[in-house]
Amino acid sequence: MDNITFKGRDIISIRDFSKKELLYILSIAKKIEKNPNNELLKHSLASLLFYEPSTRTRLSFASAIKRLGGNTIGFARGEVSSLKKGETLWDTIKMAEQYSDVIIIRHPLEGAARLAAEAAEIPVINAGDGANQHPTQTLLDLYTIQKEKGKLENLNIGFLGDLKYGRTVHSLAIALSHFNSKMFFISPNALKMPKHYIDELKQKKIKFTEVQNLSKVSKQLDVLYVTRIQKERFPDPLEYEKYKNAYQLDKSLLNESKKNLAIMHPLPRVGEINPELDDTPNAIYFKQAGNGIPIRQALLALILGKIK
Amino acid sequence: MTSKKELKVPGIKDGTVIDHIPSRVTFKVMRILDLQEYKHVISVVLNLRSKTLGKKGIIKIGSRILTQDEVNKISLLAPNATVNIISNYEVKEKIKVSLPDEIRNIVKCSNPKCITNNEKVNTLFNIINKSPLQVLCHHCERVMGSDDITLI
Repeated sequence: MDNITFKGRDIISIRDFSKKELLYILSIAKKIEKNPNNELLKHSLASLLFYEPSTRTRLSFASAIKRLGGNTIGFARGEVSSLKKGETLWDTIKMAEQYSDVIIIRHPLEGAARLAAEAAEIPVINAGDGANQHPTQTLLDLYTIQKEKGKLENLNIGFLGDLKYGRTVHSLAIALSHFNSKMFFISPNALKMPKHYIDELKQKKIKFTEVQNLSKVSKQLDVLYVTRIQKERFPDPLEYEKYKNAYQLDKSLLNESKKNLAIMHPLPRVGEINPELDDTPNAIYFKQAGNGIPIRQALLALILGKIK
Repeated sequence: MTSKKELKVPGIKDGTVIDHIPSRVTFKVMRILDLQEYKHVISVVLNLRSKTLGKKGIIKIGSRILTQDEVNKISLLAPNATVNIISNYEVKEKIKVSLPDEIRNIVKCSNPKCITNNEKVNTLFNIINKSPLQVLCHHCERVMGSDDITLI
């Protein structure tokens, strides 16, 4: 495609991508998913630097790389000896770039991935920096919606749960603002979308509604993006107790929604989606997790210059 | 410009006069300009009555011409300030204060979980709105308004 080059690029924030670039990444993911080439990342070595616990993202990246013939080195939290010795992130990155072709980093501090990208000459992928960004999650969310709905434009998307601390919601809302979505923000008052995101959507003239009660809007939704109320982001545990069971979806939702409503969730879930929904065609959250593989493969192949 | 208020501060032969600074940020402006260790004459006046600002401050810096970059830094704290370059007791040039597009290593991020507050890193903010002032942290993407802005 004209004027799009990804070789050597960092993947830090969904804000760094134009609509054209987002669509291009999705198209490459689709190609790779159809025709996986198990030699595509042969001789490529990725550093997986996980300073914070993560199951899905770490396994998904490792699987994505290894299935295309590449390899990984790195550490997960608990094994970070350099941290215990007081090494700065900057120094750890300067070291890791000598050992590998790409750095994939998850870190509890916001902005850590951006800093890592400044330190490294090789490309850096943000696999989550605190409550800020998790761009590969957003891309796989877009990919999932596109696959399920056959399009991204003009959809009614509901976001439910913890919209205040939920970074997946923030990034997805920003990404979907390219596609003329109508957005429905469903949350307790205390967990509403932060004001600066709301201001940003207003500036972009995005249509949205904020409600507390899902049943008020459920009939209009094409997609319902459910999030967990995240215990670890609450400063006050009592506050968490108040809201942890704010929403508990079960099969009764399907009586008051469109027949082809797609229910998504970045996982892990706690109590917000009853497993009785898992077997329904509406539940696509496990497929969604699987879509992380072609998306991460596409990104790696692009930034390592294996695909143009 | 020979009002009684002006006469309270001795004039300078050569240098820069910054006027119309909100009184409460006058010392912060001095910090931004790194004037604590300055060897030449500096006159500072606070709490002068001002119709638009309530109380204003004036800083007169002898033997130093501010650069446009320095003037831009001032704009974060004192968007209505006027900066006059003085040569031989006369105003030689008026520099307009205007916000830069980015602010490098002047402002501290208000997010305690930002990497810039946890490692020795230069901060960088992009101006996303000039009035009211809104800046975006280049690292953690936190948006801050003028009330949240604190200097390093």
